[in-house]
Amino acid sequence: MSTDNNDFDGQRRAFLQVAGAVTVVAPGVTLIAAQASARPAGEPASAANRWGMLIDSTKCSPDCKACVTACKQEMGLVGHDRPRTDAQYIRKLEVSDPSTGMRHSLPVMCQHCAKPACVDVCPTGASMKRADGIVLVDRHICIGCRYCMMACPYKARSFTHEDQTDQKPYLPRGKGTVEACTMCVHRIDAGRQPACVEACQSSGGGAMLFGDLSDPSSEIAKRVSTETTTRIRGELGLDPGVRYQGI
Amino acid sequence: MRKLVYQELTPMTPGWLAVVGGLAVVILAAAASVVYMEHEGHWVTGMTNQVVWGMPHVFAVFLIVAASGALNVASIGSVFGREPYQPLGRLSGLLAIALLAGGLAVLVLDLGRPDRLAVAMTHFNFKSIFAWNVILYSGFFGIVALYLWTMMDWTKKAFYKPAAIAAFVWRLVLTTGTGSIFGFLIARDAYGSAVMAPMFIAMSFAFGLAVFNLVVMALYAGSGRPIGDDLVLRLRKLLGLFVAANLYFVAVQHLTALYWAGHAGVEAFILRDGGIYTLLFWGGQVGLGGVVPLLLAFAAKPQCRNAFRMASALVILGGLAQVYVIIIGGQAYPLQLFPGMEISSSFADGQVHSYVPSLPEIALGLGGVALALLITLVGASFLRFLPESLGEPSAPAEAEGHGAPVGVHQPAE
Repeated sequence: MSTDNNDFDGQRRAFLQVAGAVTVVAPGVTLIAAQASARPAGEPASAANRWGMLIDSTKCSPDCKACVTACKQEMGLVGHDRPRTDAQYIRKLEVSDPSTGMRHSLPVMCQHCAKPACVDVCPTGASMKRADGIVLVDRHICIGCRYCMMACPYKARSFTHEDQTDQKPYLPRGKGTVEACTMCVHRIDAGRQPACVEACQSSGGGAMLFGDLSDPSSEIAKRVSTETTTRIRGELGLDPGVRYQGI
Repeated sequence: MRKLVYQELTPMTPGWLAVVGGLAVVILAAAASVVYMEHEGHWVTGMTNQVVWGMPHVFAVFLIVAASGALNVASIGSVFGREPYQPLGRLSGLLAIALLAGGLAVLVLDLGRPDRLAVAMTHFNFKSIFAWNVILYSGFFGIVALYLWTMMDWTKKAFYKPAAIAAFVWRLVLTTGTGSIFGFLIARDAYGSAVMAPMFIAMSFAFGLAVFNLVVMALYAGSGRPIGDDLVLRLRKLLGLFVAANLYFVAVQHLTALYWAGHAGVEAFILRDGGIYTLLFWGGQVGLGGVVPLLLAFAAKPQCRNAFRMASALVILGGLAQVYVIIIGGQAYPLQLFPGMEISSSFADGQVHSYVPSLPEIALGLGGVALALLITLVGASFLRFLPESLGEPSAPAEAEGHGAPVGVHQPAE
């Protein structure tokens, strides 16, 4: 197994080197780089990765909902015109400082914490963190107690309040269970980027960057090591995998 | 001193059938509510993605907390050797089991997937206080059942004291676990405090004894059995003591939070600006559920049984208000993603969340209460839980601390 992992890591690094080589980086041009290679079926997620995001709120317009729209399409989240119970994996937050009038707009989703409160409180272990840092809900053993929703400081989770139809094959949803952003784990495992990040880069402000925080050669790792970034509610010590700039 | 004789209640009388029938109707209404909510999904309830725990949790937590408190009378009699309480030890144990069953039934039937109860019993994440509670609640049934056995089977007398101590310790741990459901939540400003655990223990003392008092009075009035004034006065003063303890921990909780500038917002919400939650806190929890019972307990005439009943009823209503403020009020206050900033979103960020309990939720909660009362009534009707007499109403009080007229604990078997 370890040999396989090493082979896989080697392939990934080779891929990233090629990807990096062919990526054109110039001032004012959004960096669009594939950050991951596909993970072979049957291969477990590796603790060598820590998938994360960097979101620059200075590039995020209040009017832009590209990430939200892309998420709904990707995950098949159909609203029932019931805002209080309809699921939202990602939402745009408008933040203003009442003393200065300074305003920010930024997307907030599951922060994929390294020490997730939702995983700690889940009685059955349905809330879980993959080795690569992605926090998920195993809907086979979620009993729908919603304790994770009480525990999440980011209000990132939704309860499935009604029967579901036309679900995406990669996102089985079940009435009576809890759900949240999966960081598009199905895409990541296929070597692609999360839908929100892709949409932000193609039709949004290019505010979102996805990548492997544990890979020093990744763009996200380089930026978080050289630029000031912030974690929402960082004082709670949950070590979110999503970092922000400009807030 | 008279020999203590335990006797079953007489079942199948018109009054008995009416009470059982009434409770059965409430339980059936709860069952219908569960079917409706689970079939349609939780969107038909008042609960949302903002207020995820609602009225069922208020009833469930109240009943679970009251369950451990209902065991107090037995513990005071057997662990601390207070003889006047010993005749009621059996009923105390029965009521504790019944209240816990009612509370857990409500909790389980509100789950998104109640059909997965077996999953909860077989998959344990031991870092979760909920998982601990699954074990603590299950163990409570077993330990109290054993405790009852030692009370009711004279041949097991040797195990009476150890069982009593085990049950007492277990109930303290259990209520610590229930309080820690909220005490361990760091995300929400209203929770995340170690004082939640002892506060819940004080709450359990008060709520459990209040329920116990009303059940005893109802069962003895309904069956025409006498209760001595001395015992009533003891229970009334004990209730006053527990109410005072609860108020103390409530004061400590809020004073601690008020001293912390970061929690000024949630404290202002609960204590001053929270509308229904502020009203329930001051009017329900502190006023009707705290100060008034305290006055009734210590200032009313010693023989006034209405003061006893009224104090107990108010503690129950105040207790429900207290749990409502903790659970619903704590969620209604918005999460502080950016403390000190104003936030808004399509997901109701930055807003005080509204919650209106739906009828099925209330029916489910009341069903838990009815289930607890039905278990108690049926149990006392077919097993010897109740002494034939708890003293004469007109009997003068004996010397303080040396026992009621009922005499020493001596099981009839």
